[in-house]
Amino acid sequence: MSERQANCPSCGAPVQFRWSSAVQTVCPFCRSILVRDDLDLKNVGQVADLPPDPSPIQLLTEGVYKGKGFQVVGRILYEYEQGGWNEWHIVFSDGASGWLSDAQLQYAVSFRSGGGEPLPPSAQVSAGTRLRFQETEYEVSTMTLAMYKGVEGELPFPYFGKTDMIFADLRTSGRSFGTLDYSEEPPLLFLGEWVEFEDLNLKNLRQFEGWA
Amino acid sequence: MATPLVAPPLVKAKALFCPNCGGPVELRGFGHAITVVCPQCLSVLDASTPLLKVLQQAEEAQRPTLKIPLGTRGKLSGVEWEVIGYQTRGVQDVDTSYAWDEYLLFNPYKGFRYLTEYQGHWNFVTPLEPMPARRAVGGRPAVWFEGRTFKHFSGAEAITAFVLGEFPWRVKVGEKVIADDFIDPPAILSSEKTEDEITWSKGEYTTGADIWKAFKLPGSAPSPDGVFLNQPSPYHGRVGGIWGTFGWAIAMLAALAIFFAVLTRQRVVFNSTYHFSPADQGEPSFVTPVFELDGTRDATLELDVNTNLTNDWAYFNFALINSDTGAAFDFGREVSYYTGRDSDGAWTEGGSTSTVLIPSVPPGRYYLRVEPEMETGIATSRRASLHNVDYQIVLRHDVPSYAWFWIAASLLLVPPVAYTIRARSFEKRRWMESDYPPARSRGD
Repeated sequence: MSERQANCPSCGAPVQFRWSSAVQTVCPFCRSILVRDDLDLKNVGQVADLPPDPSPIQLLTEGVYKGKGFQVVGRILYEYEQGGWNEWHIVFSDGASGWLSDAQLQYAVSFRSGGGEPLPPSAQVSAGTRLRFQETEYEVSTMTLAMYKGVEGELPFPYFGKTDMIFADLRTSGRSFGTLDYSEEPPLLFLGEWVEFEDLNLKNLRQFEGWA
Repeated sequence: MATPLVAPPLVKAKALFCPNCGGPVELRGFGHAITVVCPQCLSVLDASTPLLKVLQQAEEAQRPTLKIPLGTRGKLSGVEWEVIGYQTRGVQDVDTSYAWDEYLLFNPYKGFRYLTEYQGHWNFVTPLEPMPARRAVGGRPAVWFEGRTFKHFSGAEAITAFVLGEFPWRVKVGEKVIADDFIDPPAILSSEKTEDEITWSKGEYTTGADIWKAFKLPGSAPSPDGVFLNQPSPYHGRVGGIWGTFGWAIAMLAALAIFFAVLTRQRVVFNSTYHFSPADQGEPSFVTPVFELDGTRDATLELDVNTNLTNDWAYFNFALINSDTGAAFDFGREVSYYTGRDSDGAWTEGGSTSTVLIPSVPPGRYYLRVEPEMETGIATSRRASLHNVDYQIVLRHDVPSYAWFWIAASLLLVPPVAYTIRARSFEKRRWMESDYPPARSRGD
């Protein structure tokens, strides 16, 4: 992973990029949302304070998935009717980028599918819809309406300007799962699997009072 | 330049105050709580906002005694868990009404688990993200998960009757779900259906003793009542094994029997043919010539009577007499053989031969006294001839005896048969409580 450094156009503080393909980052000093535009960094807004969140994961948490080391470089905090969840943007030692989600401490790792498969529009999808991607049968368990609650660190796309998003949660009878993200047109497909906390071998986690 | 905004190094537990009674409300699950119940006044509070709005008021009269108090920590399969929530849930049907306890366990890294308890039976439950595939087995609903089939046990509407502590989702008294249980003991898969979604969990049967040990609870666990739906059968997987052991023992016994049979000499010591008719003149009894049972040990002596009887009977009184000591062993045998034909076809009864095995005769010189008896008069079946019989007496010394084999075999049969019966009765007791009670399923 090549580290690059730039200066925040807003406050002048050094801003590091841990992932060469990052499109957006948040200045850790002044909370400016910085979007990469060719060589320049453009300040497109400010993020609000992230609400206190009990995820044990934080930026720079390291782990292992399928024998490959990764580092957490970014984060999106979503909120929906039943609570919130985190999508941690992880970057592997070979530069690949994925997501480690933490929903009430249920963990999953997923990757954007670039398979070019035809994706149904949201109007054609509801709970119970069966879909087939890459030889696996998925069933839509719920349609979730969510909103951004906050962002941190480096992301593979600019977050700015998005409000409500619709996700279709895809389940299987096994560990595989998927998400259809209707925040973009055409929608994005993420495929991955549920993982056990202990299997990720996470380091540099947050500490909790009273828990060793 | 401002200081970088980094996450606080230590996440701290929070204490809030109940908006209803002003008492302290401890939050043990850090920021995960969506609902929390005031331990003082039992107000159900919305913990998702700092306002702690009162959602509901539970009745003090319903407050149960928790077997594991909130805040208790324990280690289950190597992971430390803290009890942060509790609810009583129940089923009220026309014919049944029962309630069970659910303890919510929390670990800030590993997430949430439950302990459920019903009449001393415990389950350690993990929420599932996958959705087990439905399939029918033998006409009954079942689900397939991680390579195992879970049979449907029962389904009912479960109602939350009491809540305490905190939950990472919205709970309230009176909440209803359709709960279905599928079993593959000691595992259980449960689904809970609301209007919006269906959630699955997987439980593992746990003994009260293990819970008491894990949470260091005072005293000892109450012993469980009855057979729980996913309680592992103490006989499960051992019935086959015990029958296997039985098979081996029988094989060894048979080998032993063959070994002894090979060792026996089976020598014919006497063989003679006689004729008898009650119409004959003179004393029917007679003695045979002396024969020798040699060797140095007691041995078996087999006596065969082979007759030409058809639709007739004869009775033979025997005495085996030691010619040196005069010691006698008396025994008798009836030989009868009948045959005929009726509306069902040909039939036979009895046999024209008989065998007596004297198990242990000391070596020596012996003779046999024989006294045949028959009906007197005319035998109708023999075309008006008088009752009479031709018979042969054969004595074999040192023949194999199998009586001990059969006695041992039937004794060996006792444990596997008893085990099988108990295993079946355990399963029957289990399924009696299900939607498919065994007695009814046969007739339906």
